[in-house]
Amino acid sequence: MFTGIENAFVNLPQALKADWPGNVWWHWVIFTLIAIVFFLGSVIMFIFMERRVLAKMQARIGPNRIGPFGLLQAIADAVKVLTKENITPSNADKIVFWLAPAIVFAPVLMVFAVVPFANGAVLADLNIGILYAIAIGSLSTIGVFMAGWSSSNKYSTLGAMRMVAAVISYEMPIVLTFATIIVLTGSMSLNDIVIAQGKYWFIFSQPLGFFLAFVAGCAEINRSPFDLMEADSEIVAGFHTEYSGMKFAMFYLGEYGEAVVMSTIIATLFLGGWQGPFLPPFVWLIGKIFFVFFLMIWTRTTLPRVRIDQLMKLAWKFLFPLALINLFATGLEVLTFPNGLPWYFIPVNFGIGVVLVLLWSRLYKVGWGRIEIQ
Amino acid sequence: MTTALVAQDIANQLNANYPGVNTEVNNNAVIIDSKSLLSLMTYLKITPGLDFNYLTTITAIDYYQQFEVVYLLVSMEHNQSLTVKTRCNREDPVLPSVTSLWRSADLQEREIYDLMGITFEGHPNMKRLVLWPEFQGHPQRRDYLQ
Amino acid sequence: MTLRTEPFIMNMGPVHPSTHGVFRMRVTLDGEVVIDMEPVFGYLHRGIEKLAEERTYLGVIPLTDRLDYLASMTNNFGYCLAVEKLAKIPVPERAEYIRVIMAELQRLAAHLISVGSFLNDAGAYFTPFLYMFRERERIIDLFEMVSGQRLLYNYMRPGGVSQDLPEEFIPALQELLKQMKGYMQEYENLLKDNEILGARAKGVGILTRDMAINIGASGPVLRASGMKWDIRKVDPYSIYNRFEFDIPTGVQGDCYDRYRVRVEEMKQSLRILEQAYQKIPAGPYHTEVPQLIRPPVGETYAHIEAPTGELGFYLVSDGGIAPYRCHVRAPSLMNLTALRDMVKGWKIQDTILTFGSIAITMGEVDR
Repeated sequence: MFTGIENAFVNLPQALKADWPGNVWWHWVIFTLIAIVFFLGSVIMFIFMERRVLAKMQARIGPNRIGPFGLLQAIADAVKVLTKENITPSNADKIVFWLAPAIVFAPVLMVFAVVPFANGAVLADLNIGILYAIAIGSLSTIGVFMAGWSSSNKYSTLGAMRMVAAVISYEMPIVLTFATIIVLTGSMSLNDIVIAQGKYWFIFSQPLGFFLAFVAGCAEINRSPFDLMEADSEIVAGFHTEYSGMKFAMFYLGEYGEAVVMSTIIATLFLGGWQGPFLPPFVWLIGKIFFVFFLMIWTRTTLPRVRIDQLMKLAWKFLFPLALINLFATGLEVLTFPNGLPWYFIPVNFGIGVVLVLLWSRLYKVGWGRIEIQ
Repeated sequence: MTTALVAQDIANQLNANYPGVNTEVNNNAVIIDSKSLLSLMTYLKITPGLDFNYLTTITAIDYYQQFEVVYLLVSMEHNQSLTVKTRCNREDPVLPSVTSLWRSADLQEREIYDLMGITFEGHPNMKRLVLWPEFQGHPQRRDYLQ
Repeated sequence: MTLRTEPFIMNMGPVHPSTHGVFRMRVTLDGEVVIDMEPVFGYLHRGIEKLAEERTYLGVIPLTDRLDYLASMTNNFGYCLAVEKLAKIPVPERAEYIRVIMAELQRLAAHLISVGSFLNDAGAYFTPFLYMFRERERIIDLFEMVSGQRLLYNYMRPGGVSQDLPEEFIPALQELLKQMKGYMQEYENLLKDNEILGARAKGVGILTRDMAINIGASGPVLRASGMKWDIRKVDPYSIYNRFEFDIPTGVQGDCYDRYRVRVEEMKQSLRILEQAYQKIPAGPYHTEVPQLIRPPVGETYAHIEAPTGELGFYLVSDGGIAPYRCHVRAPSLMNLTALRDMVKGWKIQDTILTFGSIAITMGEVDR
């Protein structure tokens, strides 16, 4: 049943060449549509999943009224939020205030241009795919800071400043772990990376890399325990405290969109993307995306929030050195075995990861951090 | 069991140590003249054997002619308690603050100032506690109407 | 070139997700660091002490419900003790046991909320909070059984309690006590030794022992600072001297200690409950007292160990049907005295955490 769809996916780029009537690159149009539909659909599913899984983990039921199992709750919420009044604070910087949600939202969508849904089924198979994803993904920070600054609200400003600090710090380990993957595959194209995971997924040969990417990814998209930027018990809602109506919905979508993007990139880089037996590739990809997101929900329900200085410490003293060492070790391995790593590097790398994490957790201490005030 | 000390003994002890101060005893409470309140309270706090290191509560009672302010002291070391009272007139209600001895008096004195209108001299932050600064009157007084 | 910086003042509250009501903190910030903090009270001031002067002695009981609205039973208890002391009303044996059971259940319920909301302030996104509410719900069901109310029980009376225990109460209590042990273990497994919680709460917001005594702190806040002081032990009221229980204390008085002391206290409450429901005697559940109690002229102070600390009532009688003066020693208010010193120099997040670990109820602070 799926084979037809799968074939269509794979053959589309070949079938729809640029020399179609009118010289339009039809497959761009179609894949853009697919990407947008996929994005919006998965965001809605993410919201639903987050609320239901959170509820299950917290011994309650969660939304279950609208649609089967409450599946349409997110849509109902969207309708509600669209009909809300659009409030702009009187001393807000109007233009920036209005521009911010769009700037947060657009880059998130753009990342999907490079995500392969099957072999070759990708909107633009850029040879610098990862670089593009990272660069575009961090653009939304600007939007967040614009929102925080223009709201002229102290909570917003604080949240925005925390966000910028966190994102800049966590970009480092995340880029370094991605670089490790690039060293392993020798390509920056996401499709090539997925193809390179035909034998085994990189989560097995790079367990530490997966761990670092997951932690740094959680921080990058401010998921708990790093959700300081919108810590509801401290700074109310962070940068979007003053937003309402559609503008708030954009932030909300953007936030879950970032979660989709991060899950997708991690699933593609470490969990083998569309690779997998029996089921069609795009089902595998979607399944893996949801698995990664499930992990994020799990950490969110369980862990308390770290403090801002601990967040910085974790980035610079824990994740960053580990990512560097990991990159170095992987580089050595690749130098020694240029034609692909043999299987026994899976336990070796696993051992390296465990030893490094244990060692580093003993090396420095988070906590304390009182500043003397006269 | 927290033993309530016999007020008469304490009053005698105070009278012996501070000649010239008037301490009365009424209903097992030592009643101290407001002028010597601070020095006697200091004595109660630092004297070995008494060691009243814990000020449980302060409250003020309006008797129309005068205010009576009640201090409930507890010594955690000896598990003893003592009631100390002082009085001030209604026209110009001023009392020395005991915040320098027990910081627990901080918010409670502010509350009494707010609701009863007794000013505590030497309090570091004599502002209204629960009512807003522009509020007129002191509602806990018995004759407060409205 | 040096950048010119200046501290900015932020108002946290009165409407803020984690001010536990309508507390307001004027926080002066240098970036993330709190350099000064001024608490602002009074947003929930209802003048309960003044209102009490115009009610009969029985009519004040509903008002006391509204002090610490998360621990109405213990508030009733404290007030009734004061009236009994003033008017010399005897309390039958069965009523004493019922009161102790209610007070300890209430302590459990209140501590569940305190601990839950503390962990919520730490950022554990409602999970511990909701787990604890699940059990609190069971306790509230028990209260509903005896009093018909779920929040403001108005259950105790001078001279006893308003209604006898219904038949199904004891089995339900037994069932709850049996399950509660497993639940407690669940909370411990969830976050007790969590690394992040340790990093956030250990050593943060320290209240030293001397300071705690000096500011008049009481209850878990005082005990977390290392002072073994529990009114139930040092000045046993009602029949607390008949039960076996320990006083858990902390070591250095940080947020983590306060959290631990509360959890340990819940276990002790379970111990008391185990002993209490087995020994409960038959007999009358209240003494007949007139509707209008006229205590002799005099004044009295009665205090109990409420979940938040030492709750005291200073009652003055002029021989009439209403208290001449009814002062409430509010533990929540006293525990807040040192808040400024505890949070100074820490980050905003620690302010919230410290404030959460003191676990106040605004109804009691403002009265």
